[in-house]
Parts: sequence; C-alpha cells; structure tokens
Amino acid sequence: MGHFMLRRMLYALPALIAVSIISFLVISIPPGDFITRTAELRAAQGDIMPLAEQEAMRRAYGLDQPIPLQYWNWITGIVTRGDFGYSFAFNLPVKDVIWPRMGLTIVLSLASLLFIWAVAIPIGIYSAVRRYTVGDYVATFLGFLGLAVPNFLLALAAMYIAFAGFGLSVGGLFSPEYVEAPWSWERVVDLLGHLWLPMIVLGTAGTASVIRIIRANLIDELHKPYVTAARAKGKGEFALLMKYPVRHALNPFVSGQNDIFVDIVSGGTIVAIVMGLQTTGPLLLDALRTQDMYMAASFILMLSVLVVLGTLLSDLLLAWLDPRIRYQQG
Amino acid sequence: MQPQNLAEIRNLDIAFADVRVVEGLDLDIPAGKTLCLVGESGCGKSVTAKALLQVIDHPGRVAGGAIRFRQGTGNEIDIAATPPRSAAMRALRGADIALIHQEPMSFLSPLYTIGNQIAEALTLHRKVSKAQARQAAIAMLTEVGMPDPERRVDSYTFQLSGGQRQRAMIAMALINRPRLLIADEPTTALDVTTQANILDLMRRLQADSGMSMLFITHDLGVVAEIADEVAVMYLGRIVERGPVDEVLGHPQHPYTQGLLASMPRLDGDFNAPLQAIPGMVPPPVRKPSGCAFHPRCSRALKGICDKIEPLQIATGPDRQVACHAFGAEAARFAVPPEQPQKAGLAGASDPSRQPSGRALLEVAHLDKHFAVRAGFFQRRIGAIRAVNDVSFDIFAGETLGLVGESGCGKSTLGQTIVGLHTADGGDMTYTPRNGMPVDLRSARGAVARQLKTDIRMVFQDPTGSLNPRMRVRDIIGEVLQVNGVAKPEIEVRVQKLLARVGLSPDYAERYPHAFSGGQRQRIAIARALASNPQLVIADEAVSALDVSVQTQIINMMRELQADLGLTYLFVSHDLGVVANISDRVAVMYAGRIVEIGPTNAIFRSPRHPYTEALLAAIPGRHQRGGAGRIRLEGHVPDPAHPQPGCAFADRCRYAQHACREAPPPMAGTQEHGFACIRADELTLRAVHQERALESA
Repeated sequence: MGHFMLRRMLYALPALIAVSIISFLVISIPPGDFITRTAELRAAQGDIMPLAEQEAMRRAYGLDQPIPLQYWNWITGIVTRGDFGYSFAFNLPVKDVIWPRMGLTIVLSLASLLFIWAVAIPIGIYSAVRRYTVGDYVATFLGFLGLAVPNFLLALAAMYIAFAGFGLSVGGLFSPEYVEAPWSWERVVDLLGHLWLPMIVLGTAGTASVIRIIRANLIDELHKPYVTAARAKGKGEFALLMKYPVRHALNPFVSGQNDIFVDIVSGGTIVAIVMGLQTTGPLLLDALRTQDMYMAASFILMLSVLVVLGTLLSDLLLAWLDPRIRYQQG
Repeated sequence: MQPQNLAEIRNLDIAFADVRVVEGLDLDIPAGKTLCLVGESGCGKSVTAKALLQVIDHPGRVAGGAIRFRQGTGNEIDIAATPPRSAAMRALRGADIALIHQEPMSFLSPLYTIGNQIAEALTLHRKVSKAQARQAAIAMLTEVGMPDPERRVDSYTFQLSGGQRQRAMIAMALINRPRLLIADEPTTALDVTTQANILDLMRRLQADSGMSMLFITHDLGVVAEIADEVAVMYLGRIVERGPVDEVLGHPQHPYTQGLLASMPRLDGDFNAPLQAIPGMVPPPVRKPSGCAFHPRCSRALKGICDKIEPLQIATGPDRQVACHAFGAEAARFAVPPEQPQKAGLAGASDPSRQPSGRALLEVAHLDKHFAVRAGFFQRRIGAIRAVNDVSFDIFAGETLGLVGESGCGKSTLGQTIVGLHTADGGDMTYTPRNGMPVDLRSARGAVARQLKTDIRMVFQDPTGSLNPRMRVRDIIGEVLQVNGVAKPEIEVRVQKLLARVGLSPDYAERYPHAFSGGQRQRIAIARALASNPQLVIADEAVSALDVSVQTQIINMMRELQADLGLTYLFVSHDLGVVANISDRVAVMYAGRIVEIGPTNAIFRSPRHPYTEALLAAIPGRHQRGGAGRIRLEGHVPDPAHPQPGCAFADRCRYAQHACREAPPPMAGTQEHGFACIRADELTLRAVHQERALESA
C-alpha cells in the first residue's frame, strides 16, 4: 500500500511539470502582451503611449526576457517562495488575488460534489432496485431534464425564483456587508446562506449523470452470485443490498468522481458570472482577456494541479475501497 | 410426510414470466443421505435448488406445488407457501438449508475477507460476539481442511487457490450446521485432483454431521463417487430415480442410458466411439408434447411418446422411471433396439495413423518464460517458467493429448506453438506434407503467413472467442479474406464449412449470440478449418460444453480428422476426453513434460507418479473410502521459484532425497518417455479394465 501511494504520487510529478510548462506557454505564445493591450486601451482613449515608455515598462515587468527564462523565473518563484508573480491588472502579487478566490472555488465545488452524492446515490440505488417502476421513470425523467437544461439558464431561473418568490438575497457568495470583511463566524454563516443556491445549480447536471452511473452499475451487480449467496445465508434484503451490490457498484463510480469534480470547477465560470460569484472563473476570464499573463498562468496551473490531485485522491480512495487494487498493485 | 425424508417436493411449478421451466416436479430428499440431481444444462436443476431456498432471481418464482421441509424442531414447513422475504424464510436460509455453488470466485465477494463472510453467516442466526464468530470461522476453516486457517481467515478470495476458495465456501455454508446442504455443481470448475479432494471432504462432512445433501452435477463420474441416490432430470421433470448402483449400472430411461453412453469411458477400448444423444435440450418455451424427451429418443414410438406424458412408474423398491416403455404399453417397446455402432471412425489401432516418417511438428527444448516484476521500479526479479525445456513430436494425422492441472503450462505451450507468445529458447520445426522444414521461431513474411493458415487454434470459450459484432460468414471467412481469396469463393467455402461442421448453411448471415454453446464451438471449429490447416491446436475446446454436446463435438472432430487428415494437439484437463480422442498423451507438470507415450501405455501402465495421481483422481473409479487411495494435496508449485530437483517431489508419495537434487532426465523408450528417477523400482496403479462406474 505504501509503495502504491508513493508510486502514484511520483507519477503525478511529471504531469505537474508538464502542466506548468503548457499553461505558461499557452499564455505567452500568442502575439502581444499586457503592455500592448494597455497601449491599445490607452490609444482608444486618445492617449498614445510612446514606444520607449512601452519598452521601459516591458523591462520593468521583465517581459523583454526570452520566454524560457520568464518561465524559469516564474516557476522557481512558485516552488521556492510561493510567489506566483505579479498581476499587472490588479497591481498586486498574484497570490493575494488568487488564494481567497481559490478557497471559495474549492468550497463551492466540494459542496456541489457532496450535494450530488447526497441526492444521486440514494436515487440511483432506488432506480436500480425498482427498475421500470413509476419511481424509476420519474427519477430518470428529472435526471435527463437536469442534464439537458444549461446551467446558466437554471442559475437565472433559480435566482429569479429565490428573489421574487422568497425575497432572498441572491447573487454573490456574501451579502454586501461581508464581501470585504475579515473572516468571522458571522461571515461563515453568511457564506453558507448564499452557498446553497449555486451549489444546487452547479450540482444538477452532475446529479443526473451520477444517477445514471449508479443505476447502470448496480443493475449489473444485483443478480451476481454473491448476492444469491448473501440471501441464501438469511441476510435481510436492505442489509445485503448495502453490504454487497452497492459496495461493488461504488468502484467504477469512485473512479469517475474526479471527472465530475473537474466539470464543476471548470464548468462553473458561466454560472459564476451570471450569479456574481467570487470564484476563480470570472477572474480567469478577465486575466485571459487582458493578457495578465502571470495571473492567467497561475490560475490555469492551480486548476490543473487540482485535477491531478483529484485523480490521485480518487485512485487512493479506490485502493482503500477495493482490496483487489490494494493487494495486487501494491 | 414419510419419516425417512427430510424434504418432499410435490407437483412443483417454477415459472419465469409465463414460461414454466419446472412443471409438476416430485422429488423426495432423504434424511442423512446424498441425493444427486443429474441432467444437462437447461433442465431446471439449479432453479429447483434455488426454489428450496426461495432465492430464484426475478422474474422467476415458485408458481405452484409444495416443498415440505422438516425443521430441527420437528415442525413441518411448506417452503413453497412461505413468502420469499418473510422472517420465517430468512430464518430457514443458511441455518437449516445452506447453498454452495460452482464458482466460489463469484459466490464470495472479493471486497470482504472470507472470515467476514463466514462469520456473517453465523451472526445472522446466532447471538455471538464478533470475536466468537471469528473463532468459529477459524474452527470451521480448520474442519474443512484449509491450510493455515488462522492466517487465511483474513484472506480475500483472489488470494486463495481454487481448492481453498471452495473450502472457504463450504465453511460458510456449514458453519450453522445445516440439515440440508444444496451443492450446485460444486466441483465442476476444479482440477481433477482438487475435485477428488473436495469430494472426499464433502463425503466426510456429510457422514460426520448426518446432514442431507442435494448434489447437482452433470458429471456421472462424480455421481458414482458421492451419491447414495440419483434423480435424473430432463426439462423440468424427474425421469428416473433410484439408488446409485442401480441407476448407473442398469439405467432404464433412454435419457439416462444416453448420458451414460456419451460419457468417455476408461474401461475397455478408450477410443471406442462415443454415443452422443442427438440434438440438444430445447428451451422450455418449446417443450415437446407428450414425453419431453421423445424427439431425441431412439426408442420413441409414434402415437404414444409424442402424445401422452409418461407417469412415474415404480420398477422396483425405491426405483421409478417415467417412460412408456415400462408402462401399460410396454409390450409395444418389447425389443430394445441394438445400440447402433458408428462405423468408419479411425481408432488408435488403425495402422495408417501410426507415427511414421518425419514429424509434422518437432519441438525441442522449448522455453517460454514470463518476467516477474516487483518493487518500486518494477524491476525484473525473476521469471515464471511457464514452459521449461519441453521437447516432443507430433506426427501427421495423429492426435496428441496434453494433460495436467491448471497452471502447469499446457495452454501456454499451445499458444507458443501457434505464435501467440514468442518463445524464449529452443526450436520448433514444422514440416508440412510435401514441403520443406520451416523453423517456426524465425519464420517471417510469406512463410509466416502460410504458417498462420497451416496451424490453427480452437479456444475454450466459444462465447468469448467469437466476435459478437461479426456475422458467422465473416468470422469463418476472415482468414480467407486476409489471404486474398475472392468474395464469391469465400461465400462458397463458408457454406461448405458450415455443412461440414453440421450446421445449416443459412446460418452464415447470423450473429454468434443466436447460437447455443455447442453450435458456437462448431463455428469456432469451422473457422479453424477455413484455411485448410494441417495442425489444429484445441485448447480445452470441449471443456465448457455439456456432456452430450461435448460428445457430439468430439465425434465430429474425429470424423473431420479421418476425412481431412488433420493433426490435433488436444489440450485438456479432462482425462476421460483425452483418453478417448488421443493416440498419444503428454502429461505436463510445472512447465515440463513428465511423461509421454501412447494413450494405452499412459492409462494402463503409467511410469510417472504424477500420472498415477492424475489417473487416481478421475471420479467414479474408486471404492468409497477405500484404503490406499492416492490424493494429491497442494497445487502446482509456483513456477517463479523452481526447485533444484524434480518439481513434483513435494507432492510425490514416492519422493526420496535424491529426487530433490537434480531435475530428472527423460528416460524410457522413444515411444514411452518419463522423467522420474525411481520409475524402474515403482509399481504404479493404472486404470484397469474393470467397469469404471461400479462403485460403493
């Protein structure tokens, strides 16, 4: 088991290096940089920026150096000092802008994932056990509906209903008075009060697909000989359902969870913009538009790290759940 | 209820949706005895067993009749009238009636330790602490002969060998001391040596505990070994019932006679052609009218058998048969027809098949090793010597049987010859008729392509080896198409091949799922024959088939051989089948051939102790509990850690110090070779010409 974990972590290392290089290249290869964009913006306002001044700014920001050197400086800063570079647009170190947003993104994504599990697993089990009953058809229908409706539309509708129907404060993850406030118990409560709506909106599509996965996996397991074996021992139906087929059906489900998590993190941008959430999505979009390169590269890097870590976690979870993996690859 | 019976099944109907798979079944299960339920697959044996526990899978259900069972308290309960989900039924399951199954790998869950699953069976019915349950599980594992039970109790199924899994499953069933054990083909998936050990164990446990056993099997050898009484089942009804000696010794129902005749025999002439029951078990929807067996019966009379359903007729004390030939119309059946002898099949005595001239395939010192990798960097730390210094010849037109327990390397050997593995050492020289010798290992290009049409393979699993998305025509014709045969010609060839293997040429347009297991194996054989091969390697080609279908395929393979001059390398763990089809037999153990010779010599005067042990394990050959029985414990040694001496020494009852020093060289004659240094001083037991099935 120790070997297994260690090896898996080592496998993640080259992936992380590759990801960091690619995310930096993606940002720096297109022609132009932040200075060009700034000059264009100023020009649009009738304020011509002299070339010499542009060059001076480039030198000041280090943008005149060759790209490999820029990458090296950036990545060594991250690894040795936790310094992600400087955001030109915010005039702040990138890490000061990113971390609060990153934290909220993770909280929201995990909340959505938990919501998916809480809703989809019981419904999936029910649909499989009561296959082709009214309940199964209703669950299937609602599931497909959730899968088909675009997230942002659902976000708009949910906001409208919450605001017009219940007079709730919607939009954003905090009430206005807490947005800039330091962390406190009241701020956490306020966050929880706002979190549930985006959580449901982001979780809907995932819920639908998880219901289908659980249902399909479980139907395969329900008539396996070991189920007959448990029944022939005199075990009650519910207890045996939970101990044997459900546990077996969880394996392929667990290995699929990382994909769903990634979908939530990266697919949340439009919803975040619509609902005014202080997550990473809107910021990343802005950074890409203004070619705020360290900011954008750092965001992409962090999201990719999340993906790699998520894969690692689901692998380890799978090994913990399934002795076949634990003992045969360890 | 009769006092001598533990359970009585009366007029039982079992239906899947609207189809009755069991109809009007009457069966008594005697107390303290073993009743064997025999029949081909699709006859309703397993579903009857499940009905006793009310665990038939949806949409199956008990649709009528009664299953009266005497409980430990002396009360009678009608299981058929007890709802499947009721507490009364749950209390019965696992406590009074327990079930074991053919495939412990799927009957036990791989996600929990065997200790967990054995203890669970106990805690469901008794109030015991976790620690007590664990102790009981260990005690039970000890009782079923699990080696090192204290450690194995925490093992998962995939960490155990086949025999150990079987023991774990038996422990799980017996931990509550049930009064009835239902064993559904419990030894079918096992090696013959392991099967012998498990049968011994079950017989001992049954005798010690006095429980009743309902033992389901299709293997009449196993029946002879374990049964007190036999019930033969065909299409949901019992057709014959009686004590084991009488039913096997003097079968009355034509179905029982057919089953016995289709079984390869080890008495008399091994190569005597087998009598297959024609056709196959029809699906229950198309159950024939009258006597359900009449379309396959050689004695069926028009106007009686196809019209009137036969009743159970008592033909002696404890004997019943459901056949018109024993009823009121018996006079019309007066003369039982002579068993027609199939002529024209070449046997081993046929002089044209005696080895002569240059061998079709010469294998010399062949090695195939698989790397064992471990550790952090997956370094190569050793090799599994799956095939280790193997030498033998196959002559044109003969059948060489290859036998041995699983894990001895026989499949790897076949696959290496056909080119699925790359050999690591040695030579394989193939000399086609009227052709130049070719080295199989170095052949490239056109020569290699020619070899792929000359040497063909038939696999064990006819379901897995046929692509479900391809039509039969494309499956059979693929090898021709690859070799550039024109389309219209492929069409003609495929039609001919289908007719050749006994299938209708119309089947070319269908997909594999439309066929039964036996028909699929015919298609697989047609595919192997499509390129006019010289050598066909049949890797357990009949092992997955029912006994009567198996016989049909064997007979067909023999006819094809006689007509086309084919040469077979016939890999099988079933010694009866090998004895029947082979001219010569090679016995393999731990990657080496330990004995090779003519079939008669191997079976009648074996020279290697391993061969002796294999022969002794064939079910149905022994006086029960007879003294001096030979049983192999353990299993094939781990080929990654070869011993310096004879690999068999650890399991050999004749092993001496000298055996463990150096690998024994091949001794004996050109014709009959054996690798045992003590061969000359030992007198080994063989298969004698006694009636193999006479026992008890």
